[in-house]
Amino acid sequence: MRITLFLLRRLAGGLALLVVLSMLVFGLLYLSPGSTLQVLMGSRPPSPALVRALNAKYHLNEPVVLQYWHWLEGAVHFNFGVSISVETGEPVTTLILDRVGLSAELALYALIIVVLVGIPLGMLAGTRRGRATDRGISLVSTAAVSAPAYVTSILGLYVFGVALGWFPVYGLGTGFAGRLWHLTLPALTLAALLGAIVVRQTRAAVLDVVSQDYITFARLRGLRRGRILLKYTLRNAAVPVLTSAGILLIIAITAGLFIEQVFSLPGAGTLLLTAVTDKDIPTVQGLAMALGILVVVVNLLVDVGVLILDPRTRFSTKVR
Amino acid sequence: MTTLAAEPAVAVRRASVRRLPPLTVIISFVVVLIMLVLTVVPGLVEPYNPLYQNLFLSAAGPTHAHWLGTDSNGRDVLSLVIGGTRSALIGPALIAFGTVTLGASLGMAAGFLGGPLDAFVNRLADLLYALPGLLVVIVIVGVVGGGYWLAVLVLLLLSIPGEIRLCRAATSVQVRLPYVEAARTIGLPSRRIIARHIAPNILPTIIATFLLDFVGALLGLAGLAYLGFGTPPGAPSWGALLYAGESLLQQNPWLSIAPAILIIITATSVTLIGDWCYERAVRSGTDR
Repeated sequence: MRITLFLLRRLAGGLALLVVLSMLVFGLLYLSPGSTLQVLMGSRPPSPALVRALNAKYHLNEPVVLQYWHWLEGAVHFNFGVSISVETGEPVTTLILDRVGLSAELALYALIIVVLVGIPLGMLAGTRRGRATDRGISLVSTAAVSAPAYVTSILGLYVFGVALGWFPVYGLGTGFAGRLWHLTLPALTLAALLGAIVVRQTRAAVLDVVSQDYITFARLRGLRRGRILLKYTLRNAAVPVLTSAGILLIIAITAGLFIEQVFSLPGAGTLLLTAVTDKDIPTVQGLAMALGILVVVVNLLVDVGVLILDPRTRFSTKVR
Repeated sequence: MTTLAAEPAVAVRRASVRRLPPLTVIISFVVVLIMLVLTVVPGLVEPYNPLYQNLFLSAAGPTHAHWLGTDSNGRDVLSLVIGGTRSALIGPALIAFGTVTLGASLGMAAGFLGGPLDAFVNRLADLLYALPGLLVVIVIVGVVGGGYWLAVLVLLLLSIPGEIRLCRAATSVQVRLPYVEAARTIGLPSRRIIARHIAPNILPTIIATFLLDFVGALLGLAGLAYLGFGTPPGAPSWGALLYAGESLLQQNPWLSIAPAILIIITATSVTLIGDWCYERAVRSGTDR
């Protein structure tokens, strides 16, 4: 009961965020210079038929509040209108669905690297506190966390793509192996940034856990190191690491946009940049709402994940 | 407190004053000093006028005359990078100053007074934490079509709620301490308690956030310029050079590498100084 109430509260918070975001996103129409009709026409040749169609679609003759309401009605059904200039006439939803796959592949690839490399490194640093291994890992992760994605990806592109020639510099490759090969350098760049954060979080969480009495007691009972590490340390350290997933997502979205731009990958980030540059407001609105939904869903999943992972939180969920 | 207990504390404090900062921090100070010189008088060290074009030397690699080579218009890369320091530092400095002044005063007021202001500020910060801030700036600056100063303004506005929340949290810890109670008891006005009693006590937080905000703004503005939004008109900028160099990586990689290195060392130096200031202030605070 408490858990349902807690999750409902979180859901309501997420919906509130989406409502506020939708107002801001709708406001973009009015923020851009020129009249709303001009903005929506873009570079298309003005004709009475187009003006009539836009007036009917966006209800431009009605008060702003009603315009927002009509727009929201469409948005709830994932109907954000048609693209003005990126691919004129194409529905925004189709356009986004076409591009989002590549970004998802990149994110998944990076996530696999982060989980396979970042978490073990963080645990290693945490269990060997103060030794050379820990100092080395901490130093590298601090450096990686403070360098922005556009700098690391250009340096990576130059060193591994141009100078050493180990990885392809552009293009997407053909087939699964080719795609994997072409996405490796971008995924490594993204994983370096996210992995650095995960390493630091894991290290801090492990440091906290290994000083607990139950770890000392487990060692006292003569349990094997591997068992203590997996069953006790990892499980307890996982909660704070999982909680940081929401922040990681935000960082990954921004970093992914820069990485797609540097490696000229036609993903959702590049679509947003093209849409912003070409003043394709419906596409920008659609992408912004899609991002908002993604953030809300991931945060909800994190909440549920924490409840599953740590039974104690099921009793201590605060119903404020 | 008895004299006996106070004496070792004084000794520790003297020792901490005499101790030199660690080598990394000294290097960071030197880096920041050099950057400041480049910001104020770039002409002193620029070998050429950064905007002078020599079309016979388009995208050439390093030579004795041009240490870092030239860009596609034959402009000297070293001079361009030096000339870009001003736009790289002035915007972030303004953003950090504005964020700290407005954010800290609102945050302390919210933490001290509580009530609806406090609740409103908290909701606002929640909202902004859930959004990728730089993406919001890209969308707004791109759609409105504004330049450098609009980017500075939007980044400033977006970083205020986070600052408010940090200062609010630091203040609400102080408010429960006896010295605030004492100040209230003798009837000091809220404004004076905040300015003269709470502010000095949360100063480490304020200094650390000033430098952190500076680094965030530096990376944000350079990133925007890299994407082609909010570039300063008629002046070189590190982010824009980074972008221009990307298509010339074969011919003259220094056009990208030089600003990349400058961005990294400036950001790292300021972060290290921030950490050091914070630790020092916290240490002298506990010794007092």
